Amino acid sequence: MTADTPLLEVRGLKKVFDLSRPFINRLIERAGRQYVHAVDGVDFSIPRGQTLSLVGESGCGKSTVAKLLMGLQGPSAGSIRFDGVELAGQPAGHPAATRRRMQMIFQDPYASLNPRWRVARVIGEPMKSFATHPDPTERRREVDRLLEFVGLSAADGDKFPHEFSGGQRQRISIARAISTKPEFLVCDEPTSALDVSVQAQILNLMRELQRELGLTYLFISHDLAVVNYISDWIGVMYLGRLVELAPAAEIFARPQHPYTKLLLETVPDISMAHRDMERPAGEVPNPITPPPGCHFNPRCPLANDRCRTEPPAFDWSGPARVRCHLVHEGRDGARPALAGVA
Amino acid sequence: MTLLSVENLTVEFPTRNGVLTAIEDVTLTVEPGEILGMVGESGAGKSMTGAAIIGLIEPPGRIARGEIRLEGERIDNLPREAMRRVRGRRIGAIFQDPLTSLNPVLTVGEQLIETIHTHLKLPRAEARESAIDWLRRVGIPAPEKRIDTYPHQYSGGMRQRVVIALALCAEPRLIIADEPTTALDVSVQAQIIALLRKLCKETGASVILVTHDMGVIAETADRVAVMYAGRIVEIGPVAEVIRNPQHPYTAGLMASIPRIGPRPEVLPQIEGAMPRLNARPQGCAFNPRCPKRIELCVRVRPDLIAAGQGAAACHLINEKEAVA
Repeated sequence: MTADTPLLEVRGLKKVFDLSRPFINRLIERAGRQYVHAVDGVDFSIPRGQTLSLVGESGCGKSTVAKLLMGLQGPSAGSIRFDGVELAGQPAGHPAATRRRMQMIFQDPYASLNPRWRVARVIGEPMKSFATHPDPTERRREVDRLLEFVGLSAADGDKFPHEFSGGQRQRISIARAISTKPEFLVCDEPTSALDVSVQAQILNLMRELQRELGLTYLFISHDLAVVNYISDWIGVMYLGRLVELAPAAEIFARPQHPYTKLLLETVPDISMAHRDMERPAGEVPNPITPPPGCHFNPRCPLANDRCRTEPPAFDWSGPARVRCHLVHEGRDGARPALAGVA
Repeated sequence: MTLLSVENLTVEFPTRNGVLTAIEDVTLTVEPGEILGMVGESGAGKSMTGAAIIGLIEPPGRIARGEIRLEGERIDNLPREAMRRVRGRRIGAIFQDPLTSLNPVLTVGEQLIETIHTHLKLPRAEARESAIDWLRRVGIPAPEKRIDTYPHQYSGGMRQRVVIALALCAEPRLIIADEPTTALDVSVQAQIIALLRKLCKETGASVILVTHDMGVIAETADRVAVMYAGRIVEIGPVAEVIRNPQHPYTAGLMASIPRIGPRPEVLPQIEGAMPRLNARPQGCAFNPRCPKRIELCVRVRPDLIAAGQGAAACHLINEKEAVA
């Protein structure tokens, strides 16, 4: 593998959940089957040592993407290639040699640590199951080193999770995640359960780890300000689809998709920039019955008939990929359409 | 006249291992028409302060010291029934989760009509008219139809609009809004904040807005009280507290909030975490984490004193070593 091959490449990833009532109910109620397209054809790749963040509101499918990558759920279609190895369609945990190189940090540090295990066992477990440190004494030495690495002390290994604060618990989760020396971490809202002053500590720790260990991150968040701090690339999701994917600086300087613009305008910011602004109306529609055409059209101030009928393609526009007819037709007035450049 | 004044309010919880002080010597005022933000980390005492004002502290918690006055009248020692009449009529409440604050087996209309009928003594037919009007004012489309539907038929944002209508329909002078937008998505949150601001301007009601999100405070409140470990460490006009914080904790908090815009190489952080209720240090509760600690901070607890355009509880202010 050369250095410029992306570590992770996702193509046409889909996950459909069947929400249908049982057969007998459908028969009696004359109801059809019901599906949710939680992830509806997502494409992205992450270069080695960089961070891609997925942002979007609840129900947009960002956490489902994380679960699909980690093999916690199987994709309905599409491909997930990690360092050239295809993971889609493989049974859970396989191939083990590749799975060891991918780990995950979860949102709630109160639910993601076994309350009856001492911290040393929590952190040592992945090393045991992947047999990277089969010898218990050696394993414990490694646990101690990891604890100090994430800013705790070696003696903390003998304590139980309830003896720690939220921020400390998230440090334990991070130590567990990096214990098998992975190259890729999926971080699903790792700081949203934490207080602001602690959030800063965890974000700084994650960036430090990335620098020292050369980690690649997929970071999932609903908070654009947090994402601004941590990302190289940002993907904005809406109802299961990526609507914009661009270098982080580009998203903030020149957002193209109307939904990206809406998100940026609505983030409450301590600069008080939006204090007396008119507020965009509407809410995210029900994902079971998404609007036809562009999913965003009922909330979009610039939508026309084409937006209401034909789903837009995910095409290049400058350095970004955007799923919007306005941008590709140049109707948004901001940038001429560059479809077909790549 | 000042609408609400809270003086030296202290709330304690007796436990088997001794008495825990949840909030201590909280002093603040709310002027008519004002939005006062209360911000702090979880466990700082911001929600507890709101609960004390509205008389909803869960036993065995109790107000150990201090006074709460609404329009000059003491309300902290009212009997249960009298407090029940204050609650709803003179002080309204909006809580975090719009689904659990509405009754799922009553229609939205029944809940609104009941509230208006009880507090404003309007006949039912008139109360219904008023209820429809309130739904319209909070931005519910087709309120004549929606009034007869149940809470589960509304989306999260629409439910919180109903909760706001319920809090405002008895025309209270004061509203306690405890994390009113935390359960909502960011684009909906912005709508709810704007709505709350607009309606309070129209009705002249004051709001105590409790939240952990400084961004929400910045875009909504007139003044802000910053709480840490059960005490107010700084209070003042919002813009002033953000741009020119007087307390080292406020300064650290403001710096550690990630912002949209040019990003720093390292995000400024406050080391450590807020102490637990049973492990508050002597002197200033922030002293173990404070980069500017002096010897006095470890021994003596600082009082809230005038600083900048507001007040802060920090020894450094007297030492003329203002926070940079």
